[in-house]
Amino acid sequence: MRIPQCRVHIRVLTVFLFATLLSLFAINTSAQEINGEALFKANCASCHHPTKDGTGPALKGVDGRVPSQEWLYKWVKNSAAVIASGDSYANDIYKKWNKTAMTAFQSLKNEEIDAIVEYVNSYSPPKPTGGGGGDTTDTEATQNGGGSTWLYALLTLVLLLAAFVLSQVNKMLNKNANDKLGLPTKKAIPFYRNKVYIALAAVLCFIGMGVYLSKGGVDMGRQKDYMPEQPIFYSHKVHAGINKINCQYCHSGAEKSKHAMVPSTNVCMNCHKQINEYTGDKEHPLYTAEGEKVNGTKEIQKLYKYAGWNPEKKDYNRDAEGNILATAIPWVKIHNLPDHVYFNHSLHVVSGKVACQQCHGNIEQMDEVKQHSELSMGWCINCHRETDVQFADNHYYSIFEKYHQEIKDGTRESVKVSDIGGLECQKCHY
Amino acid sequence: MSTKKYWRGIEEINPTEEYLAKVNEEFQESSDVPFADVESIENAPTTRRDFLKYLGFTTVAATLAASCEMPVRSALPYAIKPEDVTPGVPLHYASTFVDAGVAIPALVKVRDGRPIKIEGNKDSKLFEGATDARMQASVLNLYDAARLQAPLVGGKKATWKAVDTKVKAGLTGNVYLVSSTVNSPSGNDVINKFVAATGAKHVQYDAVSYSGALDANQASFGKRALPMYRFDKAATIVSIGADFLGTWGTPSLNSKQYGKGRKISAKNPNMSKHIQFEGVMSLSGMNADDRFVCRPSEFGMVATALLAALGGASANLGNDYLNKAVATTAKALQAGNGLVVCGSNDKNVQTIVNAINSKIGAFGSTISTSTTNNSKQGNDAEMQAFVDALIGGGVDAVVFHDCNPVYEHPLGEKIAAKLKSVKLSVSLNDRKDETAAVCSVVAPTHHFLESWGDAESFSGYVSFIQPTIGNLFNTRQWQESLMTWSGTEGTWYDYYQNYWTGKLGGQKAFDQALQFGLIEPGELSTGGSGSGAGSDAAAAAIAAMPKAGKDAIEVVLYEKVGIGHGGAWSNNPWLLEMPDPISKCTWDNYAIMSQNLAKKFGAEWTDLNEVEREKQVVSIQTKGGTVKLPVLVIPGMHDNVVGLALGYGRGEGVGMAANNGKDDGVTGVKVTQLATATAAGISYTTSAKVSAAAGETFPLAVTQTHHSYQERPILYEYTLEEFQKNPGQLEKWRRGDDGLRIDHYLAEDGVNHHGGEHGEHGAEDAHGAAAKHDDHGHGDHGHGEPKEEKEWQEAYRDNATLYHMDEHPNPGIKWGMSIDLSSCTGCSACTIACQAENNVSVVGKERVMKVHDMHWIRIDRYFSGDVEDSSSIQTVFQPMLCQHCDNAPCENVCPVNATNHSSEGLNQMAYNRCIGTRYCANNCPYKVRRFNWRDFNGADSFVSNLYEDGRRDGVNNSVTRMVLNPDVTVRSRGVMEKCNFCVQKLQSAKRDARKEGRVMADGEAQTACQTACATGAITFGNVKDKSSEIYKVRNEEQKERVFYTLEEIHTLPNINYLSKIRNTDHVEGREKPQPAAHGADHGHKKEHKTETHG
Repeated sequence: MRIPQCRVHIRVLTVFLFATLLSLFAINTSAQEINGEALFKANCASCHHPTKDGTGPALKGVDGRVPSQEWLYKWVKNSAAVIASGDSYANDIYKKWNKTAMTAFQSLKNEEIDAIVEYVNSYSPPKPTGGGGGDTTDTEATQNGGGSTWLYALLTLVLLLAAFVLSQVNKMLNKNANDKLGLPTKKAIPFYRNKVYIALAAVLCFIGMGVYLSKGGVDMGRQKDYMPEQPIFYSHKVHAGINKINCQYCHSGAEKSKHAMVPSTNVCMNCHKQINEYTGDKEHPLYTAEGEKVNGTKEIQKLYKYAGWNPEKKDYNRDAEGNILATAIPWVKIHNLPDHVYFNHSLHVVSGKVACQQCHGNIEQMDEVKQHSELSMGWCINCHRETDVQFADNHYYSIFEKYHQEIKDGTRESVKVSDIGGLECQKCHY
Repeated sequence: MSTKKYWRGIEEINPTEEYLAKVNEEFQESSDVPFADVESIENAPTTRRDFLKYLGFTTVAATLAASCEMPVRSALPYAIKPEDVTPGVPLHYASTFVDAGVAIPALVKVRDGRPIKIEGNKDSKLFEGATDARMQASVLNLYDAARLQAPLVGGKKATWKAVDTKVKAGLTGNVYLVSSTVNSPSGNDVINKFVAATGAKHVQYDAVSYSGALDANQASFGKRALPMYRFDKAATIVSIGADFLGTWGTPSLNSKQYGKGRKISAKNPNMSKHIQFEGVMSLSGMNADDRFVCRPSEFGMVATALLAALGGASANLGNDYLNKAVATTAKALQAGNGLVVCGSNDKNVQTIVNAINSKIGAFGSTISTSTTNNSKQGNDAEMQAFVDALIGGGVDAVVFHDCNPVYEHPLGEKIAAKLKSVKLSVSLNDRKDETAAVCSVVAPTHHFLESWGDAESFSGYVSFIQPTIGNLFNTRQWQESLMTWSGTEGTWYDYYQNYWTGKLGGQKAFDQALQFGLIEPGELSTGGSGSGAGSDAAAAAIAAMPKAGKDAIEVVLYEKVGIGHGGAWSNNPWLLEMPDPISKCTWDNYAIMSQNLAKKFGAEWTDLNEVEREKQVVSIQTKGGTVKLPVLVIPGMHDNVVGLALGYGRGEGVGMAANNGKDDGVTGVKVTQLATATAAGISYTTSAKVSAAAGETFPLAVTQTHHSYQERPILYEYTLEEFQKNPGQLEKWRRGDDGLRIDHYLAEDGVNHHGGEHGEHGAEDAHGAAAKHDDHGHGDHGHGEPKEEKEWQEAYRDNATLYHMDEHPNPGIKWGMSIDLSSCTGCSACTIACQAENNVSVVGKERVMKVHDMHWIRIDRYFSGDVEDSSSIQTVFQPMLCQHCDNAPCENVCPVNATNHSSEGLNQMAYNRCIGTRYCANNCPYKVRRFNWRDFNGADSFVSNLYEDGRRDGVNNSVTRMVLNPDVTVRSRGVMEKCNFCVQKLQSAKRDARKEGRVMADGEAQTACQTACATGAITFGNVKDKSSEIYKVRNEEQKERVFYTLEEIHTLPNINYLSKIRNTDHVEGREKPQPAAHGADHGHKKEHKTETHG
């Protein structure tokens, strides 16, 4: 069976520098110009493809198929209600798609739905292009970085050598000059018996060890730049960067819970039921940190094993009672906080409106994720000192009458997290 | 003003040198430091070379440790995530807690699939969210490692198939189904089917029998059930030996209703009057306004005399004290809205009580017989018939459900011996308890948190049980077992679903019922009637009973608030370590008696607890057998009565905490065999010969008087009359010129005192200020002259502290708590709720004896009166927890700033910062800080540091640890901890409001102790929010009763108490008459041992 090629977009290479997870907020602000593509990717792409059937039908030309434009709005906003109303067209497609309920998108406006339809209608599968262009820069940069270290080391060595030679020459010349003038030359003490040098070396050694030890002590348990090998080579760059999947599509806990949540296997399968091969190799070949080539399609096969999906039958493996035989993927945890620290994603994401990248770095550019920030107490505290709370917009803060008065009086510019107790022990430790 | 002398233990009445020395050694660490007593180590001089060696070693060790690799952790997601579960966000399910027939609607908090906390279901119009200590602790029973993990046949693990084959084959001939009270409608349906299919006889009995009352009620109002009492409607409550606040009937509901009648304020200065007749000190007796002591064998005569007195006759009990008591009681009851309850299991006594209630018109007003309390259905006669049949060999097969007659029944030993020869004996209990151990088949049922079910403990009030976790072990719900054995097709869930969809008319109604957990009729009924028929015959029967001799000793078997009749509670470490409200003793049972009686066995038996951990042992000889128990002196016990607690001395299969399997005598003593069982019913009172077991002692872990206040005055109490006459007395005294300068409290709440513009204070405060001036004799300062007032207020607040108070502004919220001493019954539900919420460690008996108990909230029990006169004893309970002082003595002394103040008024404790100097605990005047002397929960990095002591170690089982709250740090060895006002709950409430962009509403943030309190004694909230309950209590409703403990030492606590009001003229322990004006001599404690105020 031949499956139409599913290609990654190349055009987006220039766009992905801008954090795609902000697309939700971006939608709210761009009132004049609605970006159908962004909306489609944020809301629909997990189940629908413009030209291929997925969990739901291919959407190209959908406005021509459905009974009316009004019907489409109703369906998108609450398909269950349309089905319940006994609409025959609705019930037919519901049955056709194995009674898979479509998520209700009540927040989508009619214009936005129009924009999505316009986008899918104008969609054409991208044509393969020659080279992978910009992707290689990362690898090069790494190699360059590695190269320049050696270069500097070499240069230092040469300079040290030169300094040594010059000092010896200087000594020689000095001696010759003294000899000529008949002055006695002090017998040279070798540097390793020079007490000044020895004292200097000892002090330097002591300071160096002290710095090393205390740094080691302070860094105990910190894992900045930790990049473990994961059971599946999952590239955030391909998903969040190139394909612009919203972070919270998978990490749905980020706005609800203390945990951002590693998505369950069934969330992966929402898309990967249809996407069974990696076709972006030309545009974005995958390499491990060690430089080994990764076969994306094989990695998707690994997912199928965990998910209990049989790609031939296009169905899950099930036990006698019909339960899906899926197992959890044993991802290696990268961001570890000590047990005595309470951190809540939802508070930072929803109330603090902190972007994921602020703490996690440009995840959408990482093939393999590494810990971007130090996750130390000093790092948390600094941010709490510097960050303004959404003081005026969030009604919760209306009880801080004193600050409101001060802002009104002009004696206060902003309210930092530290002003509302953000530095207190029991904000994070209990 | 109260000028009472209070004492928490007998040693505080006349402190001995020895006691004072003990108290001064606060941490009692001399007994605890390892090698402390090894002289060679103590005297060893550490040489310079040694020091350098250690220094070198530790440096190298630290370097090595620093180079350690971090462990690789995995983040396992769900394979297929259930739609409504979000890891990290708790879900709440409505369910029902069922304990020995008593069913309380519950709300179960499930975090990541694990139930971790149980609250009352506030939607219930009957219970209104009431809980008790056992309900709070029941979540620990779910994770009890002693639960059977598979069915047993012949004592060996078996499959369910093997069980079913064996049982089905054996259910022939004379089949009995013996159970405790079953009030589940669907469960009874299954039982009926089982009975029909097997021809079984269903016998119900209660572990502690109510049969006498039920039989009397059958005669009085035609229903064999307890009526629904309305303690909230009663103006006078008389209890004859019924501990209705602790263990009798439905204590949580009784407490809820009782609490309503005890709410008193200056605006509405009325409260119910509670009169208690009893021999053994009980929780109800300790809360009673008037308490009269009598022998339990005299209950019948007292009731008869009371009935006669209501008819105008004067009592003649041959005892002036009791005659007077009866006359007083009759007078109080005649005032109307009376209610009499009685704990006797004698039908005759209960008949008289019904006659009294009929006479005072209680039926239909304070007692509803149209709604009955079905939580007790047991029938002693039927049970006796079963036991007779068993002994006579007339039983071929028997199934036990939720009962343990071998342990609970007085004839348990005989039952056990005979059960072995019965062809088929099946136990459905969850563990291999005493009965299960002798049964041929054990088919363990689920814990209620794993079950589907329902309960109708009050007629018409159905409460549903739904599982909050899949079954942990290979168990099967008892209904499904009975269904299988009676040949009913299908699963129990299908049956249950069909039953209720049929009754409620559809799946939707059923789903809704499950969601709310309840089906209740609209209004609480007070309908129905009852008669006093048969009272003459009953009176004659009582009069004909043999009277006890003057010096004869009566033994009373009673239930403890925590452990009850036993059951699974005997193995619950939380409840075992909960200080019993009456004795304040943990882990054991003992013989409680008055000091007078104890002295009869040895002149020195005064029981000074802090000094003498080793208690004298007595031998108690009755018809049922002889037991030896240590003596604990409890003031207020009748001088001829000894009380023994049920629920101890359990079999090996009950669990590690109940019985650690070692024969070291530390598991308590079984006393059920001392009760007498006859066809007329079980009697828990019996005459006994008591003698000293010469030379034998046994250590008891009693928590009072741990944590001494060094005789500082701590609480205030008035009689109702005093309060009615002069409600502002306390307030006035607190403001007094020569008293405390505390005006700032009264003006400050709700306004930022630094912002302090008087414009903010409003009319009421201005008025308050004026009144204050009058008190000070500065009447000439008018309303318009607040400046001087303000200045000294601020000076007071600032000058007495190391810190300028402006450094501690409260820009947003300021938390505060108020505890009403009049409504607190001392039931200790809060202690357990706090333990469950905050992962408070169980430390074990040895540690409790070393004053290392960990409870964050302790209930201090204060006696007053003459210890030698049991009738004079009065009790006050005061919950004591971290007071979150704004000027906290603990904060100043921490060398590492591990404890400090938050902008919300919390006294914070950062465990990871604490280095364990204990300076803070030492400097805390309230003694509420707790130090982790050991690694109690395996939180330490080094596994071998885990503390082990035998009975308590079950809490560290990998299954039991699932009960830990993941939002709260499990503390390790060497750190200090204490109440944090459930900061995790406060943070969560604030977080929710902030995420939704709205102001946090009053009541959204609640502490665990507050939600657990059945009487609503605890109010908590933001004192800066003028619409909040706490603001109203402090500044409007209860202004007159507010006081802060030890406020004269200027700690500025954030917890206030409301003075205790006692509805009595019986004032004990006062050293001098009530002073006319201000108390002049407070604070000069050295000069007199009594704290005098007012």
